[in-house]
Amino acid sequence: MGIFPPPQRVWWNQPIEKSEVMWITIAFIWALVMFFMMPYWHLVGEQNLSNEAYKIKPEVYAEKVETWAAKYTVREEGDTGIPVVRPPAGSDVYMLGRLWEWWPVLELEKGQSYRFHLSSLDWMHGWSLLPENINIQVHPNYEMIFTVKPTSSGEFGVICNEFCGIGHHTMVGKIHVVDK
Amino acid sequence: MAEFRTCPDTGFKIDLNADKLIKWNAVTAVVFLLIGGLFGLLVALTRWPAVHLLDADLFYLALTAHGLDVLLVWCIFFEIALLYFTSAILLNARMVFPKIAWIGYWMMLIGALITNVAVLRGDSSVMFTSYPPMMAAQDFYLGIILFAVGALLGCLVFFATLHVARKEKTYEGSIPLVTFGAMTAAIIAVFTILSGAIILVPTWFWSLGLLSHIDTIMYRVIWWGMGHSSQQVNVAAQIACWYAIAAILFGAKPLSEKVSRTAFLLYILFLQLASAHHLLVDPGLSSEYKIFNTSYALYLAVLGSMIHGLTVPGAIEAAQRKKGLNKGLFEWLTKAPWGNPVFAGMALSVVLFGFLGGISGVMMGTEQLNLITHNTIYVPGHFHGTVVVGTTLTFMAISYWIVPTLWQKELVFPGLAKWQPYLFGIGMGLAATFMMGAGTLGVPRRHWDMTFADSAMGFDFPAAANLMMGLNGVAAVMGSIGAAIFILNMVGTILWGKAKVPAAAAPAEEAPAEPNVTGAATSYGSAGTMEVPGTFVLAMIFLVSFVLYYFVNWKYLSSVWGLS
Ligand code: HEM
Ligand SMILES: [Cu+2]
Ligand SMILES: [Cu+2]
Repeated sequence: MGIFPPPQRVWWNQPIEKSEVMWITIAFIWALVMFFMMPYWHLVGEQNLSNEAYKIKPEVYAEKVETWAAKYTVREEGDTGIPVVRPPAGSDVYMLGRLWEWWPVLELEKGQSYRFHLSSLDWMHGWSLLPENINIQVHPNYEMIFTVKPTSSGEFGVICNEFCGIGHHTMVGKIHVVDK
Repeated sequence: MAEFRTCPDTGFKIDLNADKLIKWNAVTAVVFLLIGGLFGLLVALTRWPAVHLLDADLFYLALTAHGLDVLLVWCIFFEIALLYFTSAILLNARMVFPKIAWIGYWMMLIGALITNVAVLRGDSSVMFTSYPPMMAAQDFYLGIILFAVGALLGCLVFFATLHVARKEKTYEGSIPLVTFGAMTAAIIAVFTILSGAIILVPTWFWSLGLLSHIDTIMYRVIWWGMGHSSQQVNVAAQIACWYAIAAILFGAKPLSEKVSRTAFLLYILFLQLASAHHLLVDPGLSSEYKIFNTSYALYLAVLGSMIHGLTVPGAIEAAQRKKGLNKGLFEWLTKAPWGNPVFAGMALSVVLFGFLGGISGVMMGTEQLNLITHNTIYVPGHFHGTVVVGTTLTFMAISYWIVPTLWQKELVFPGLAKWQPYLFGIGMGLAATFMMGAGTLGVPRRHWDMTFADSAMGFDFPAAANLMMGLNGVAAVMGSIGAAIFILNMVGTILWGKAKVPAAAAPAEEAPAEPNVTGAATSYGSAGTMEVPGTFVLAMIFLVSFVLYYFVNWKYLSSVWGLS
């Protein structure tokens, strides 16, 4: 009985029940399957987050994004005053998180791959692309670079899902994806 | 010199110091469950779009307080009580260093109060994870550090008591399995608290202006070294309680001591490093590290939990079959005491913990699958499946036995108690499920306004997402009523409960009288070759659900934008 010392002093020599042996074997095989799914997906899957990242000062990152945005701004998003940036297909794109916006708005082409740069200028933010539901943790002082390939077109929201202060729930950005 | 009384229900020799410490720690735990639970209800009502109860600043304050008071304060106070119970009482031993245990108690209490004051003051709404560079008031961190050191003292008293009990030969052979499980929890707790110290002490210095910078990645790696292992403390403590309840109610002995103990050891060996599943979509870590850390360290611990998932019901099945409940696959289960809250709470928590908390946790902790769940409300959905309908429900269940036994009082509302595990378990189980459902649609966690009414650019969630957050609110109300009934029953019993007429008055199924218990301990042989077909079938149902759910999520992942 579990609340008393085991009746046999040498409990580790007791036989193991058959259903236990079977279950442990099955569970262990399942653990292996789950383990191999991850490297397997790196080989054949289309959704693997690159781990490329660099240390960067927030000011430096801000300047990089602004210079880049100035070059490719095509219009303003409605009357929000926020630029819509449309970089050449297949090039580098930048987005920054700060209290409390994702900046700038992007316009991408469906089916093209972009090198996506992401960092925060102040606190941690959570980059959440909706309705795709792709979620990435964004840190200040780290610039993350991964390749993104939009496979559907339309208007996508980018919200923040890491608590970043009292305006956290107002932090929304946008990505337009257009068919060629 | 230690003084003892003899428990009329169980025949245990109870050290009066341990008695008092267990009572104070447990009562304090319940008080914080009340406070933290109230905050939880406010949070759930705010996230119900049609109700949207609190203002934004109060919402973030309440959410910070909720996380701290339930996850930290309620769980750990209760676990300290369990440590003292499984050492001094189960081993018939004297409690070593009761003074240190009291110092630990007061440090924990004062620490918890300091942090609560900081949060309620409104300048420390940083969530219980307190990620820099967002800074709380310095006393926020100080309170947590005090609390942690107090808990560490509790662990030390536990180890000292084990050691002295062995030296003074208060028991024969090995420590009981339940104590072994508690020891697992305590060992992991020591590791947990040390990780906590490594990260929170510098953070405290930073908040005092003595340090200029805390690296955010390092913070998350080490903080989750604490945050994750502390969940393993909860799991180990909860499973120790499962074995205890199986023993108390059914006289069940583990199918095999070797397997059950090894499964506990897996927790110690394979959990300490597992913080990477919280950082799967963070910059700066390699995929090799992420995969190694989550699967080496996690899947073998998952294996441990899957083993307990079989052996706990298996032990009960074996015991029931020995008593002659041998018809078909499930007579042992259908004839179980479902009206006894000790059993009902435990049984529900075994099922809900596995199906809701376990499966979702492994899914989310997969490197690529984390992309579609990270920081959505799926995550709170998952851990209300572990720490609420798992740990908390288990602690409630065992309280229905510990409180009447230690205080020697009758439950004040036995009729309500019968329903309580179902109200709380099903209510919070549904809440967890709806949160997971909403998370699948991308609804964020820790978020005051999913309609984005105050944003320059909005985003519209599908109606289903709003619906699920509403249903979450309804389920949370149900769960909260369940929690309230539990607290009322405990506090009521302690304050106004009728004194038990010794032994004879104990409900037979609740606490077997002394000869019964000790008899079981000495005369049962090994459960040895007894088959447990019913449990095995249940385990296979679990496995099939697990496999299906796991691959459904891969399918979902394969439909989102390409990333490389
Ligand atoms: C009375 C029952 C409870 C209700 C109604 C409740 C409800 C909630 C809700 C709605 C959230 C969410 C969400 C958000 O991210 O916006 C939440 C968060 C949380 N809950 Fe509960 N909960 C209850 C009990 C508990 C218990 C007993 C525990 C732990 C033992 C717990 C631990 C947590 C934690 C750690 C968080 C995360 C806080 C954060 O994100 O910082 N809850 N709860
Ligand atoms: Cu935010
Ligand atoms: Cu974890």
